[in-house]
Amino acid sequence: MDEILLARLQFGVTSVYHFLFIPLTLGLSVLIAIMETIYVRTGNEMYKNMAKFWGKLFLVNFSMGVVTGIVQEFHFGMNWSEYSRFMGDIFGAPLALEALTAFFLESTFLGLWIFGWEKLSKKMHAATIWIVALAGNLSAFWILVANSFMQMPTGYVLQNGRAEMVDFVALLTNPYVAVQFPHTVAAGLVTGGVFVMAISAYHLLKNSSSSLFKTSFKIGVTCALISAFVVGGTGHMQAQFLAKAQPMKLASVEALWKTADPAPFSIYAAIDEKNGVNTTEVQVPGALSMMVYNKFAGEIKGIHDLQAEYSQKYGPGDYIPPVTTLFWSFRIMAGAGGWLIAIAALGALLAYTGILERQRRLVLYAALFTLPVPYIANSFGWIVAEMGRQPWIVFGLLKVEQAVSPTVPASSIMISLIGFTVIYAVLIVAAVYLMHKFAIESPVDTDVSSQDRPVKEATLWN
Amino acid sequence: MELNVLWFILITVLFTGFFFLEGFDYGVGMLMPFLGKNDIERRMIINTIGPVWDGNEVWMITAGGALFAAFPSVYATLFSGFYLALFIMLVGLIVRGVSFEFRSKDDHPMWRSTWDWMIFIGSMLPALLWGVAVTNLLQGVPINAKMHYIGTFFDLLSPYTVLGGVAFLTLFIFHGALFLSLKIEKGPLVERARNAALRFGVLAAVSCIALVVMTYSHTDLFKSAGAGIALWGAIAAFVISYLFTVRRRFGWAFVMSGLTVALTTIAFFWGLFPRFIVSSLNPEWSLTIYNASSTPYTLKIMTFAALTLVPVVLAYQIWTYWTFRKRVTARDLEY
Repeated sequence: MDEILLARLQFGVTSVYHFLFIPLTLGLSVLIAIMETIYVRTGNEMYKNMAKFWGKLFLVNFSMGVVTGIVQEFHFGMNWSEYSRFMGDIFGAPLALEALTAFFLESTFLGLWIFGWEKLSKKMHAATIWIVALAGNLSAFWILVANSFMQMPTGYVLQNGRAEMVDFVALLTNPYVAVQFPHTVAAGLVTGGVFVMAISAYHLLKNSSSSLFKTSFKIGVTCALISAFVVGGTGHMQAQFLAKAQPMKLASVEALWKTADPAPFSIYAAIDEKNGVNTTEVQVPGALSMMVYNKFAGEIKGIHDLQAEYSQKYGPGDYIPPVTTLFWSFRIMAGAGGWLIAIAALGALLAYTGILERQRRLVLYAALFTLPVPYIANSFGWIVAEMGRQPWIVFGLLKVEQAVSPTVPASSIMISLIGFTVIYAVLIVAAVYLMHKFAIESPVDTDVSSQDRPVKEATLWN
Repeated sequence: MELNVLWFILITVLFTGFFFLEGFDYGVGMLMPFLGKNDIERRMIINTIGPVWDGNEVWMITAGGALFAAFPSVYATLFSGFYLALFIMLVGLIVRGVSFEFRSKDDHPMWRSTWDWMIFIGSMLPALLWGVAVTNLLQGVPINAKMHYIGTFFDLLSPYTVLGGVAFLTLFIFHGALFLSLKIEKGPLVERARNAALRFGVLAAVSCIALVVMTYSHTDLFKSAGAGIALWGAIAAFVISYLFTVRRRFGWAFVMSGLTVALTTIAFFWGLFPRFIVSSLNPEWSLTIYNASSTPYTLKIMTFAALTLVPVVLAYQIWTYWTFRKRVTARDLEY
């Protein structure tokens, strides 16, 4: 195998692996902060136990995110040295700012949160987890600023054989950030919400009277449902934006080979990438135009026309990303998103109304088995975003093949690829083992309020 | 001051902070399986750095990020050139990071001892490899006119650089032992930490003096008066630290071991200045603060960010150390 393929494989493996943990860090930190805030405001010990229960799971997950994040930072220089040279003037700044503004806060205050239960005042302690949650999401902002430049360069000039920054504000206000950042943060909240919902459902199936998990379930579904709508909404905005910013990505995601007006949406397509046609298609006429232009008309450019256009603009070459992978990745992501909205809605109906009381166990089982779904959606979402940029590493400026480290031999990349993969595999077994153990453990469950006064939700569940 | 120079200083500050803080973390990590005779003691030892190690590690992450932002070509050449060495370091950092989190979360003895040894290995590898890396930068590595490293992994290992690794390693163990003697409940553990400091102090003394001698013969560090003074200052601080250790004045001993680490780092960077990576093929091909830097515009933005943010970071990190200032006792093992 050649260096480029190995380097790409390594980047893909590490990024997807890293992003298995990050969304939960982003979302669950917020939920724990909310739980602890309720504890501080009401003095109800149950919320403290709740924060501690989810906190244990959070920490196992967090440490996995941290250690894979170090690899992410080193990777650019190790495997993509020419990318780093070409982009350092622009890409380095958000990374350094991510460390300065976010990582320091996140790691320092998480240490305070873990070890500070007895050493800090209640309010101060709750503040530390809020800082962790905000810092985590702030770090997502910075890395998405960096990534957005790769998708849609702004605020730069090409000079001295590299991209040089001329407008830092343009970097921050890149419209790509505006659609990608809320989408990612909301996806994190969905992941956190579903995680809490699913594990609470497990406990409620075993012991239906646990008020800790009833309340957790409610918090989880509420967060998951609201955020899933935000994910869908911002995803829709992203698609509309792609039509202007990265039409090739949109056309490839839809396997739309020929320019069409109105453009149909394919539910299924048998794609022949070699000949650039779909042999079979199941389509909803005009639906793609509707999604992009909010009406059943409007031209969407096809892959062939874009290929011709790019060849003229950037010189001869193959500008078509892997269409089949993109087509199906997008459908898996969107399908998973639909499933999440449906299950979160059912969960919310159960938690807030009496409607699904009779189907209670069925809904709880569905909630439990939804646990992997946000992970699937997150991973395939990034596959769409990154593979849709191929063959570019920085859209329109630098191709992947120009970015790889010229002096690192394939054997070195192979060694590190195998090494990392083995370590990742071993560690995920250990992490899942621990998380499973803590997830099924019964927490200290003392609801002070339920002893003193009747619980409001009591009728819904008993 | 010229921004390129200022950023060289800032990078030096970040690496100094990193080696000072992670130096004792690595030391504690390496000593833990040996000084902790039972599970309770091992947990106490880990908890001395428990609340802070992750924040300390961010100094390294920030140094890497700052290098990327301010001197992208240094970042690119260094990280692609030292590829396998960095891979080994990453392996260490990965297993170390999760081990702190994982080890106490299951009480099977096999589980705990496995992660304890991972903490040991994960602390040893980066300590050793950073020493190898820093001495390589100064001694010079094969870098061609295109700023590409054209050697192999084994070209990074020479008597001088291996000695650099051993010196960093033993110095960090010494530094970590002193941190432990300050942070752990008074009693037999403090005695054991002190004995470790005295013993590894001898090793550190031998390797550091050898390092100074070889630095004189293998590099041009002493051509810079400032670097030379800093390096002799480091040796002096080390001797004072050792004497304080003998007299059980652990607070001062730790301050002085920290000063040793800081002055050593400063000496090496001072000796490099204005270069970052010396080319052994042709001095003209060395990476410097001029030929490897970002644009003045980017440096200006980063300067503004760094000068406002680093003091804030220092403030809350110091506050964290203040919050956890008490010695760790066997009763503090809730986590």
